[in-house]
Amino acid sequence: MKITAGKQGFQSLNEQVRELLSENDEILIEDVNGQRYIGAAMDKGKTLNLYGTPGNDMGAYLNGGKIEVFGNAQEAVGNTMGGGEIIIHGHTGDTLGYAMRDGEIYVRNRAGSRAGIHMKEFENMHPTVVIGGIAGAFLAEYMAGGTLIVLGLNRDKNQDIVGAHCATGMHGGKIYVRGEVPEHHISPNISVSELNEEENEELLRCIKKYCVLFKEEEEYILKEKFYKLSPSSSRPYANLYTKN
Amino acid sequence: MNYTVPEFEVERNINRCISCGACVRQCSYEVHYFDDDGKTVLADESKCVACHRCAAICPTRAIKIKKYDMAYKEHSNWTPVMQKEINLQAATGGVLLSGMSNNKPYPIYWDKILLNASQVTNPSIDPLREPMEIRTFLGRKPEKLEFNENGELKTKLPPQIQLETPIMFSAMSFGSISFNAQKSLAMAAKELGTLFNTGEGGLHPKLEEFKDYAVVQVASGRFGVHKGYLESGRFIEIKIGQGAKPGIGGHLPGEKVTVEVSNARMIPVGSDAISPAPHHDIYSIEDLRQLIWSLKEATQYKKPVAVKIAAVHNCSAIVSGVARAGADIIVMDGFRGGTGAAPTRIRDNVGIPIELALAAVDKRLRDESIRNTVSLVAAGSFRNSADIVKAIALGADAVYVASAPLIAMGCHMCQQCHSGKCNWGIATQRPDLVKRLNPEIMYKRVVNLIDAWNHEIKEMLGGMGLNSIDSLRGNRLMLRGIGLTEKELEILGISHAGE
Repeated sequence: MKITAGKQGFQSLNEQVRELLSENDEILIEDVNGQRYIGAAMDKGKTLNLYGTPGNDMGAYLNGGKIEVFGNAQEAVGNTMGGGEIIIHGHTGDTLGYAMRDGEIYVRNRAGSRAGIHMKEFENMHPTVVIGGIAGAFLAEYMAGGTLIVLGLNRDKNQDIVGAHCATGMHGGKIYVRGEVPEHHISPNISVSELNEEENEELLRCIKKYCVLFKEEEEYILKEKFYKLSPSSSRPYANLYTKN
Repeated sequence: MNYTVPEFEVERNINRCISCGACVRQCSYEVHYFDDDGKTVLADESKCVACHRCAAICPTRAIKIKKYDMAYKEHSNWTPVMQKEINLQAATGGVLLSGMSNNKPYPIYWDKILLNASQVTNPSIDPLREPMEIRTFLGRKPEKLEFNENGELKTKLPPQIQLETPIMFSAMSFGSISFNAQKSLAMAAKELGTLFNTGEGGLHPKLEEFKDYAVVQVASGRFGVHKGYLESGRFIEIKIGQGAKPGIGGHLPGEKVTVEVSNARMIPVGSDAISPAPHHDIYSIEDLRQLIWSLKEATQYKKPVAVKIAAVHNCSAIVSGVARAGADIIVMDGFRGGTGAAPTRIRDNVGIPIELALAAVDKRLRDESIRNTVSLVAAGSFRNSADIVKAIALGADAVYVASAPLIAMGCHMCQQCHSGKCNWGIATQRPDLVKRLNPEIMYKRVVNLIDAWNHEIKEMLGGMGLNSIDSLRGNRLMLRGIGLTEKELEILGISHAGE
């Protein structure tokens, strides 16, 4: 099933998509021009392939479905995502994967600021975000669970792999960063360490998938060492208050 | 140095005390204890919070809680409370944390507004013998209605919420209150034909059967938010702010995240549940618009989306923006609103009274001709049915109440909700305390309270010669101020008594 988004507004496009998805499992949408909320709350077993540039909140509350973007995406991809898969063959804007609880997001290139904010995990739900390029400021702020991987590929020598205030208020989950970590960007409550065996396996699994998706060289990516950022305390604010 | 003067004193009438030990077993603050002889009951009054559990449970009525009678050298600036708080902070370096709501003596405008009644002309109506409509509909109202030649409605109505009373129960999450307390509210909402609100604690699986009576909240932490949750509520409420703590987030400490709480919030047991102060995807009205419409898209435009803000200085301009952003319902929470925990200084100093905010917002939306695009819900706080009637006359479509039903369930306003030791089984997750609150009994008390208020509202309406609550909405001619300044009257949009 193939449709064209063209210049129609998001409401008519999304209504059309919902109707078609009730009878089809996979839809290809051409000429996407910034229409918002595409694939919001889409269920498991449904797939959208998007050509062009989808608008904000693509895949918000995604409920197990799969979205592949052959182009760049805008802000708030996978907002409060509950499961599924989002693959972006390009860059993405700010607040990628805000508060996502499960599922996977793979971004070939860069992510804007506030990626992975408040990611969380629960029982067997464990979200994963892989960013191929660099990530902007406030990466993983308030992060409470899941795995965030930043590869920092294709960047200028003077560009840091993560922006300022990385992992502020982080109190759960793990961030794997490739190469040197710019210490001056890392929040004081974060410890930098090497990956253990289990973590290495998880990392390798994700990198393999990234390389298959985006036709990158696994060997090249693994040439550089990875470091883990994790919170030094799961209760950073435990002693902040006095009972009055 | 660590001596602090107790606030309360336990007076035990030894002629009545039978040393049964009920007070010892019941007090979670461990005030009462047996002396070494195992018979004499003593009390460590420094731990007493005046929740009255012991006095209520004592079979011989032997216990009385009194104010501790310590004399201070008179000083109207450095009151005992000020001194106590300084000493607490000197000892710990911590931010002062309080429960319940602003307890400072700010003006309560409800008490300075009087209602009208009919005399001779436009006669009053007796609700016992004549129909009196208090059914309330929340949701965006279209600008006009169009009908086809057969008289059938052509206009597509936005989703509406039908309530059998203008009174709903405000957001109190499972976590801030106990399961039994939340279940009591859910049961009461069902029987009354109104709604309870999950707060941002998610919907407990055992409360699924009450989902048609639930408002589900989406707050900055997005706890428990998933497709099924959004679809289960009657409407979705985006929480931007709360009257008890405008401008700051929430923080449920790990020790309160029990297995049950963790299941509803969908976070690991024992982990801190931190709700950031802002939603980090909202930095403007345009961003809020995005969240509102993403929720509408996710629920296929079947649910109204509400936005809750705290009443603050510039709220009429903010609400105008929120209405234009596509909210169907706007909730405003005044600075006397309650909370499970808030920094004391924020609770007692930030925000404005709901009376002034409501009047200003209703006027602004009317002036801009967009009042019909949203329903206004006022919160924080309503102590009785007269407060509610006045709020509706100031422009509210409905109100949220929380403290009043909690009092109906046993709360004695000790303001220790943040301690997690609530002796009445309300603001606690301790199983031994939670089981003291029996939903089967307590829901009925809440139903009684709201039934009584509904009847009082009908009586006041009838007295004004009105037979429908819709005729009271924004009808400020029914209000007069007493002892208010020109400016206050101007903001409230009412005349002074005698005018």
